[in-house]
Amino acid sequence: VIAEAGLAALWLGAAMALLQLLLGVLALGGRREFLGPAVAPVAVVQAALVGLAFACLIAVFARSDMSVLLVAANSHSAKPMLYKVAGAWGNHEGSMLLWVTILALAGATIALFERKLRADTRLATLAAQGAIALGFYAFLLFASNPFARIAGVSEGQGLNPLLQDPGLAFHPPTLYLGYVGLSVAFSFAVGALVTRDVGAAFARAMRPWVLGAWILLTLGITAGSYWAYYELGWGGWWFWDPVENASLMPWLAATALLHSVTVLATREGLRAWTVMLAVVAFSMSMVGTFLVRSGILTSVHAFAVDPRRGTFILALLAIYIGGALALFGLRVGTVREGSRFDAVSREGSLVINNLLLSAILGIVLVGTLYPLIAEAVTGEKLSVGPPYFNSAAGPLALILVAIMAAGPIMRWRRDDLKATLIRLAGPLLAAALALLAVILLAPGIRILPLLGLVAAAGVGLASLAPLWGRNLRRTPLYIWGMVIAHLGIAVSMAGMASESAFTKETLVASRIGESHRVGPYSVRLDEVTPVAGPNYTAIEGTVVAQRGDGAPFTLHPQTRNFPSPQTETNEAAITTVADGQLYIVVGRPDDDGRWQLRLWWKPFVTLIWAGGALVAFGGFLSLIGRVRREMRHAPARETI
Amino acid sequence: MRKLLIWLPLAMFLIFLVVFAGGLIRPESKTIPSKLIGKPMPRFALGPALPGKPGLSSAELMNGQPHLVNVFASWCIPCIAEAPQLRQLVAAGVPVYGIAIRDRPEDLARFIERNGDPFRAIGGDPNSSVQIALGSSGVPETFIVDGKGIIRQQHIGGINPEDLPGIMSALGEAK
Repeated sequence: VIAEAGLAALWLGAAMALLQLLLGVLALGGRREFLGPAVAPVAVVQAALVGLAFACLIAVFARSDMSVLLVAANSHSAKPMLYKVAGAWGNHEGSMLLWVTILALAGATIALFERKLRADTRLATLAAQGAIALGFYAFLLFASNPFARIAGVSEGQGLNPLLQDPGLAFHPPTLYLGYVGLSVAFSFAVGALVTRDVGAAFARAMRPWVLGAWILLTLGITAGSYWAYYELGWGGWWFWDPVENASLMPWLAATALLHSVTVLATREGLRAWTVMLAVVAFSMSMVGTFLVRSGILTSVHAFAVDPRRGTFILALLAIYIGGALALFGLRVGTVREGSRFDAVSREGSLVINNLLLSAILGIVLVGTLYPLIAEAVTGEKLSVGPPYFNSAAGPLALILVAIMAAGPIMRWRRDDLKATLIRLAGPLLAAALALLAVILLAPGIRILPLLGLVAAAGVGLASLAPLWGRNLRRTPLYIWGMVIAHLGIAVSMAGMASESAFTKETLVASRIGESHRVGPYSVRLDEVTPVAGPNYTAIEGTVVAQRGDGAPFTLHPQTRNFPSPQTETNEAAITTVADGQLYIVVGRPDDDGRWQLRLWWKPFVTLIWAGGALVAFGGFLSLIGRVRREMRHAPARETI
Repeated sequence: MRKLLIWLPLAMFLIFLVVFAGGLIRPESKTIPSKLIGKPMPRFALGPALPGKPGLSSAELMNGQPHLVNVFASWCIPCIAEAPQLRQLVAAGVPVYGIAIRDRPEDLARFIERNGDPFRAIGGDPNSSVQIALGSSGVPETFIVDGKGIIRQQHIGGINPEDLPGIMSALGEAK
């Protein structure tokens, strides 16, 4: 009965979304006094209904109701409660329901609390939200019903073993939440275009949503990168795989949007561009979802794919993005030009930031889709790999980071290049010292990592510059947020450069008892034994590592074999120390009883993810600071 | 100019849309065809994979008549499944040559004993170098080669009974 109640709530929610769209459109069409006040309550009711549907889904998972197809396919009655509940959204249907739920909650939040926006823009935004929600309701109800029943099943099939990991239980929903946040920004952009109200108030209303989405995307990407690093056993942290690119592209667009929306909110500049970016950011998240779910690109990430769903998402993509771009073409001519500014100014540096981020986005997009285009045009199969992405996007990223050092200490509207450089004397000195140190201590490293290390030193120091001469106690939270986020980028970059320049790798066929060297460690393979886990068998190596004369310690890398579905996973054994990680993978035996051992010493690799976490934390501080400030300055509630 | 710029995003998006739709419509194929189709066999000379049976070199394949080159291995299960079809082809007078990938003579001997020996010669390719040169990405694969040593067709995966007519007609065309 719970499942039927959930399905009913879902249908009613879809009806409310339709009502929200129709009422909004009619109200904007001229019956505003009469119909306008009804839109916000409808948005709230819609959120309540879809929230109820989601609660029903969690309930059937928690009760392990095996008569529901989704539960039978993804859960098991013996699973711990955490994974039972997480299982509710650890699959396609459940995650789409989560998507709509969050979207509806965001709509309700706008309906209840948004006061900065002009009343008609708010109506148009809610109508746009209704339209987006409607598409995803249709997707759920017609192509991926989470409440479908199945008869005669008494036990579930369990969750994909790779996904039974606390990190991954939360990685997809985090990214999804980020995508939803971008869809809200998209609704704002559409609303503002419809009512020709692209201005500072619109930017301030949209900013928290962009910021929130961006934080979640940052966290999702960072977590996903670390998961791939320790779970796939390849020793790499980024593979330029289509699925990874699918999450990187919305992040790049959101980062650009985050900065351009600040220009619009503070200086009333970059109007059309900001609206465009809001559309692009959401487009990228839809394109990403489409690429991952439709299976038209072959990826190392094995996802269950279904071409029918791909067609559905493609149709939604065509309607929303095509519609928004057409609206943009029709309306952007009426958007007044924003305030002017000099090339050398805070705005100027933010424009360069935006252009570089867009260029990187373009590079990633082309690289990701090129195999698809090439196959369509020439019928030839090919893949685009790291050499392209690194050599095309790497230099641009370096310039971007260098601009990031200068931007925050430049003045709005107009500044002096010489004065800026003088203010940057400290960071420039730090960069020069870093260059000297790297050339002396590590001669012969490649140019990109070298520049990365140098830039990280300079930018790391420069990112603190906005705090100089300020009373730290009275510094607003959003300034702290910016400083920490920029510092995080420098930290992450230092990690990437160090990993790329100084990693030591050894691949050996080792007999039991043999010792090998990797970096500062000597590593001995003591024994290899079979072990049995709850749902897998594995061979486990016992490896003793010692650094110099330090105390030896033992690591246990495993190769696990899951019978259903037949999968082999490498559980790398990783030891984290202050200056890096020792990473060990045990592979297959050869005919002479020797075992394949892969050993890596990765100096300062952890900085990559620590930096990512810092970036997200900075965004979080900024969000708190902005929201607090807006609440303090909020005008009295306007009646519609 | 500005007008053009405004509509550019929509135009680009429509192009992507067409590409995506094309990607969805095209039947999915997970195999990678060789780039050598229509080109001559790469030169190679492989030693015998089985003692007492001749090895295989590319020169022998330019003998004026069309034939099949079967890339296989004793450790490959689909190769067992396609063995009866290979025997049928031999019975129909088709010359079949084998390239054994990463194999050992004793395993190969057992494989031949169980599944019959359709091969005129078997070259041993212990490190897959000829397989890679042929643009073959797995076992079994079968190449249809004409009398001049030009590769006419590549059959990826095991030869099923229903594939036989197609292979026979391709051989006929290769004459």
